[in-house]
Amino acid sequence: MKDTDIKRLLYTHLLCVFSVILSVFIPSFFLENFSILETHLVWLCICSVFVTTVNLLLCLVVKPNVSSRRSSLSYKVTRFLKCCIYFFMSCVSLHVIFVLYGAPLIELALETFLFAVILSTFTTVPCLCLLGPNLKAWLRVFSRNGVTSIWENSLQITTISSFVGAWLGAFPIPLDWERPWQVWPISCTLGATFGYMAGLVISPLWIYWNRKQLTYKNN
Amino acid sequence: MRLGSGAFAASCVAIEVIGVAIFLRGFFPAPVRSSSRTEHRAEPPAPEPVAGASSNWTKLPPPLFSKVVIVLIDALRDDFVFGSKGVEYMPYTTYLVEKGASHSFVAEAKPPTVTMPRIKALMTGSLPGFVDIIRNLNSPALLEDNVIRQAKVAGKRMIFYGDETWVKLFPKHFVEYDGTTSFFVSDYTEVDNNVTRHLDKVLKRGDWDMLILHYLGLDHIGHISGPNSPLIGQKLSEMDSVLMKIHTSLLSKERETHLPSLLVVCGDHGMSETGSHGASSTEEVSTPLILISSEFERKPGDIRHPKHVQQTDLSATLAIGLGLPIPKNSVGSLLFPVVERKPMREQLRFLHLNTVQLSKLLQENVPSYEKDPGFEQFKMAERLHGNWVRLHLEENNSDVLFGLGTKVLKQYLSALKTLSLSLSTQVAQYDIYSMAVGTVVVLEVLTLLLLSTPQVLHRRAELDVPVSSPVFSLLFYLMFLVLSAIHVVVCTSAKSSCYLCSLPWLAAGAVMVLVSMLLCVIVSALARMVMDGTQLRKNAVHPTSVWSEVDFLLLLGTVGHVLSLGASSFVEEEHQTWYFLVNTLCLALSQETFRSYFLGDNCEPQHHFHMAQGCEGTVHTLQYNTGYDAPEPNGENAKALGGHRRWAVLASPWLVLACCRLLRSLNQTGVQGAHRPDFGHWFTSSDHKVQLSVLAAVSLLVIFMLVQRGCSPVSKVALALGLLGVFCYRAAIGNVLFPWQSDKKGISKGIIEARFVYVFVLGILFTGTKDLLKSQVIAADFKIKTVGLWEIYSGLVLLAALLLRPHNLPVLAFSLLIQTVMTKFIWKPLRHDAAEVTVMHYWFGQAFFYFQGNSNNIATIDVSAGFVGLETYMEVPAAFLTVFGTYVGPVLWASHLAYFLNSETSSGSALSRACFCYALICSVPVATYIILVTSLRYHLFIWSVFSPKLLYEGMHLLITAALCVLFTATDQTTHTKSRVKMDTES
Ligand SMILES: [Zn+2]
Ligand SMILES: [Zn+2]
Repeated sequence: MKDTDIKRLLYTHLLCVFSVILSVFIPSFFLENFSILETHLVWLCICSVFVTTVNLLLCLVVKPNVSSRRSSLSYKVTRFLKCCIYFFMSCVSLHVIFVLYGAPLIELALETFLFAVILSTFTTVPCLCLLGPNLKAWLRVFSRNGVTSIWENSLQITTISSFVGAWLGAFPIPLDWERPWQVWPISCTLGATFGYMAGLVISPLWIYWNRKQLTYKNN
Repeated sequence: MRLGSGAFAASCVAIEVIGVAIFLRGFFPAPVRSSSRTEHRAEPPAPEPVAGASSNWTKLPPPLFSKVVIVLIDALRDDFVFGSKGVEYMPYTTYLVEKGASHSFVAEAKPPTVTMPRIKALMTGSLPGFVDIIRNLNSPALLEDNVIRQAKVAGKRMIFYGDETWVKLFPKHFVEYDGTTSFFVSDYTEVDNNVTRHLDKVLKRGDWDMLILHYLGLDHIGHISGPNSPLIGQKLSEMDSVLMKIHTSLLSKERETHLPSLLVVCGDHGMSETGSHGASSTEEVSTPLILISSEFERKPGDIRHPKHVQQTDLSATLAIGLGLPIPKNSVGSLLFPVVERKPMREQLRFLHLNTVQLSKLLQENVPSYEKDPGFEQFKMAERLHGNWVRLHLEENNSDVLFGLGTKVLKQYLSALKTLSLSLSTQVAQYDIYSMAVGTVVVLEVLTLLLLSTPQVLHRRAELDVPVSSPVFSLLFYLMFLVLSAIHVVVCTSAKSSCYLCSLPWLAAGAVMVLVSMLLCVIVSALARMVMDGTQLRKNAVHPTSVWSEVDFLLLLGTVGHVLSLGASSFVEEEHQTWYFLVNTLCLALSQETFRSYFLGDNCEPQHHFHMAQGCEGTVHTLQYNTGYDAPEPNGENAKALGGHRRWAVLASPWLVLACCRLLRSLNQTGVQGAHRPDFGHWFTSSDHKVQLSVLAAVSLLVIFMLVQRGCSPVSKVALALGLLGVFCYRAAIGNVLFPWQSDKKGISKGIIEARFVYVFVLGILFTGTKDLLKSQVIAADFKIKTVGLWEIYSGLVLLAALLLRPHNLPVLAFSLLIQTVMTKFIWKPLRHDAAEVTVMHYWFGQAFFYFQGNSNNIATIDVSAGFVGLETYMEVPAAFLTVFGTYVGPVLWASHLAYFLNSETSSGSALSRACFCYALICSVPVATYIILVTSLRYHLFIWSVFSPKLLYEGMHLLITAALCVLFTATDQTTHTKSRVKMDTES
C-alpha cells in the first residue's frame, strides 16, 4: 500500500462529500423555495442522484477494481441490470426494516421509501461500484478481517458510519422540542448524510494513521 | 463468608430495596390529612364556646358574599401587579389595590410550583403530596375535601372557564364549563380568548354563585420569551381590562341586589427570570392575592408592601366567605382583614371555627399534639372566648366587652398562625436527609455489585464476601459513631419533619449499621481487588477477549437507556427506546447468524462463540465462560445442522422482528402516540366482539401448544382446563362470546370461573415446586428440576392469561413464541453465554412491559386485574394481582431465563451468574435514576413525568429482588447437587 493510493482515496472521497454539499446549494438556483427541511423529498432525490452520478463517474474513471476481465457488451449490460435490481432490492429491504423499526406502514410511505433510497445510495451504490453484484464479495468485505484493499476498507467504514448515522438520527424523534427536523424521516436522513460524510472523511485518515498495522492479502 | 454469586446478588438487591424505600419515603412525604377522608359526612360545625352554658348559635354563620368570582392568572408574579409593571400596564387593578375597597397580599406558593398541585392547594388548603396521586389511581379527580365540593354540596351553582385541569380535578362540579388545553404552549392568545368570549354573557346572566376563570396566556408567554418580554405587558393590560369588566359588572349587580360580592385575583405560581417555574426561587413562589369587595373598607393611601400570607389561606377564607365548612385538610388560616368589619361576635366565631378545624387536623397527625404551643394557645383562646360570650349574652358593659374581645382575637390569631405553621412544616419540603441516606445505601450496593463483577464472571461463580472481618474492624466502629453523630445533629436541628428522625432509634441505628457495614465491605473488596490486580498483572497473560457486535450493543444499549432517563421526553416515550433496542438486537443477531452460517467455513473461527477453555484468568469482560457443558467447535455444529434448520436459524431474527412490529401496533402507548389508532382499541370496541373472541381463542390455543411441550401429563391437563377456564371467565364477564351460546345471559362477575383458574394455577405451581424439591432431595438427573421450573413457568403463564385483558392475550402468545424461537434457533445454536442471554431476556422483558400497553404514566395501570375473582376489594390480593398483571412481561421473561439456563447447562454457575447479571442490570437504572430525580426535583415535570417513573422503578426493583431470590432458591438445589457429585467423584 502506497501513500499515493491513500491520496487517491482521499480525493475521490472529497469529491463525494462535495457532491452532497452541491446537492444542497445548486438546486436553489433553479428551484424556488428550495430548502432541505421544507422540500425535503426533493432534496432527497437530488442528493441521491448526485451521489450516484459521482460514484459511477469515479468508478469509471478511477477503476479501483481491476478485475474486469471479460468486457463484452452483453456482459456489461447484464451486469448493469443486475446492479439496478440489487439497488432496488436494497431499497425495498431497507424500507421493510424501517417499517419493522416502527415507521408507519401506510402513511408517509413515500417519505420512508425515499429514506430507504438515500440510505441505499450511501451504502449499496458504492458497494455495487466497487464490488459489483457479487453477494459473496459483499459478505467477505463486511466480515471481520475480510477486506483486501484500502478501497474495501474505506467502503466498510463509510457504509457502517452511514448506517450508524441513520440509527443515531432516530434518537431526537421522541424529544418534545417541536423542531421541524424532528419529523420522520428528516432526522434520520440527515443523520445518514452526516454519517456518510463523516465516514468519507474519516476513512482515509484512519487508513493513513493505521497504515503500518494494516496488511492486506493482495496489496 | 463465602457466598454463591446468586445469593450475593439477591441479598444486594434486597438491601437496595431498603435503600430505595427510604429514599421514596423521603421523596414523597406522607401528607397531612384528616383521617375521616373518604366519608364526606357533613360533621356538625363546632358550636360557639360559652363558659358554663351551651350556646344557641350552633349553625354555620351565613355567607358574607352572594357571589364570588375567582380570576386565576397562571404564572402571575407578585411584581406584575404590585411592581412597576403593574403601575404601567394594570392601572385599574393598581387603583383598586391602592385606593379601592380591597385587600392585597403576597401569597406564597409551596414548591413544586406547578399548576395542578397549586390549584389543589388553593382549593383544598392542604399541601398536596404525591401520595395523593397514587391513592386515586385511575381518577385524576380530586377526592380530598375542598371548597368546590363543599360549594356543590351546599347547592351553589358554579361556572368554570379556562385550563382544563380544573375540569379533570372537579368533574361534574360545574354547571357550565369550557376547558382549554394548555398543550400548545406557543399559543397565548387563543387560550385566553376562549375564556374571555364567555364573559359578557355570563356576567349579564347572573344565575350563578361562583365563577372561576383560569387564564393561561401569561404562563405561555413566560415559557416562550420570559418575564421581560414586551408580550407580558400586553397580556397584563388585557387582564386588567378583563378585571375591570368583571368588577364594574359586579358593582352594577350589587346596586340591584344590595348584597356584596367578592372578586379574587390570584396567580397559581410565579415565574423565574427565565420564564419557567417549578422550583422554589422567590420569583416562582411569590404570587399576588387580591380580594376586592364593596364590603371592605376603602383605604386612604397606597400600600406598597402587601402582607405575606400562604396560598393555602385562600381556601379557608373562601369557605368562610361563602358560608361553607372549612375543608378538612386545610392547613391555612383565615385572612382576617376579610372579616374585620363584622361584629365582634361573628369575628370570634369565624376564628373559632378555623382554629377548631386546624387543631383537629393537628390531633390526627401529630401524636404529641397537646404539647404543641399552637394547641395550648387554642385552648386558652377558647376559654377566654367562652367567657366573652357569656359576658356578651349577659349584655355587660361594652367597653369591657370590647377590651376582652380584642384580647381573645389576638389570642386566636396567634394560635392560628402557630397551628398553621406547625401543620405546614409537616410536609413542606423534600426530606433531603432521608433521601440522602437512601441514595447512599443504593449507591453502596451498586458499587459492591460493580466491584464484584469481574470476580463473578470469573470461572468460579462463588465469591468471598468479607463480612465478618470488617464488622469487627476499627473503621466500622468509627463510621458508625460518625454517622450516629451526624444523625443526632441533623435530627435536632431539622426544621421540617424527617422520616428517619421519626423512626425509633433502634431502626435508625440499624440503618446506620447497614450503611457503615456496606462501606467497610466495599473498602475491603477494593483493597483485595488492588492486591489481586497487581498479582494478576505479574503472572497472568491476558487472553485477548474479543467482543462481538452483540456484546457491544448490549453494553451500549444498557448505558444509553440509563442515560436517556434524564430527559423527560425519553421517560415518557421509554417504550420507543426499548422497541428500538430490541429491534437493533434482532438485526445484530441476524448479522451474527448470517456470518456464522455463510462465512462459518472460510473465515476465522467464531471468535465470539466463546470457548470455555482458555480463559482462566481474565478479569474484565462481561461475557466469557459459558458454563455450557460440551463446548464443541461451532463450525462442526453448523455443518451438522441440516439445510432446513439452517434456514430456520437465518429466518428467526426476522420472525422475531415481525412479531415485535405486530405487537407494537397492538397498544399505542406513551404520550405522543397514545391517541393514534391501534389494534387494541379496534378489538375492544363493541362492534368487533366476534373478532376479539376469535383472537382470544387462537391466542389461548397457541399458548397451550407452546407451553404444554415441557409439562408433565398431569399439568398438561390442568393447563388445558385452566386456559379453557380463562376463556369462560372472559365470556362470563362479557368480554368475549361463546360460539355455542346464543341466548344473552346476564353479565356476572365471573367469580367462579376465575377461582376455577386460580385452583389450576396453584396446582401447577405446587407440582413445579414439588418437582424442584424432589430434585434437591434425590439429586438424580437434573431433568426433574427442568420440568419443575417449566411447570412453575407455565403456572405463571396461566395466571398471566387470566389477568391480561383479552386483546392482550396475543402479547402473551407472541412472548412464548419468541422465547421458543430464540431458544431453539438463536441461543442454543449460537452458544451465547449466560450473561448475554440474561441481558437479552431483560431487554425483551422490558419491551413486553410496554407491548401490553403499559407506560411510565400511572394512569395506564390496569387496575381491573386486581378484581379478577374477588367478590370485594381486598387490599393485599388486589395489589399482588395488579402488580403481577402489570409486570407480566419482565416476570415471564425472567422465569423463562431461569428455565432456559437450567435446561441448557449442567453446572449451576450459569444460573447464579445470570442472577448476578440480572440484579446488576436492574439496579444500575434505579441507582442512576435516583440521582437524576434528586437533581431534577425542581423540574417542571417532576410530578407528571419523573415521579411516576420513580415509582415504577421502585416497584421493578422489588420484583427483581423477588426474582433473584427465586433464582437463588433454584440455584441452591444445583449447588448441593454438584457438591454431592464432587464428593462421589473424589
Ligand atoms: Zn400554572
Ligand atoms: Zn407553565
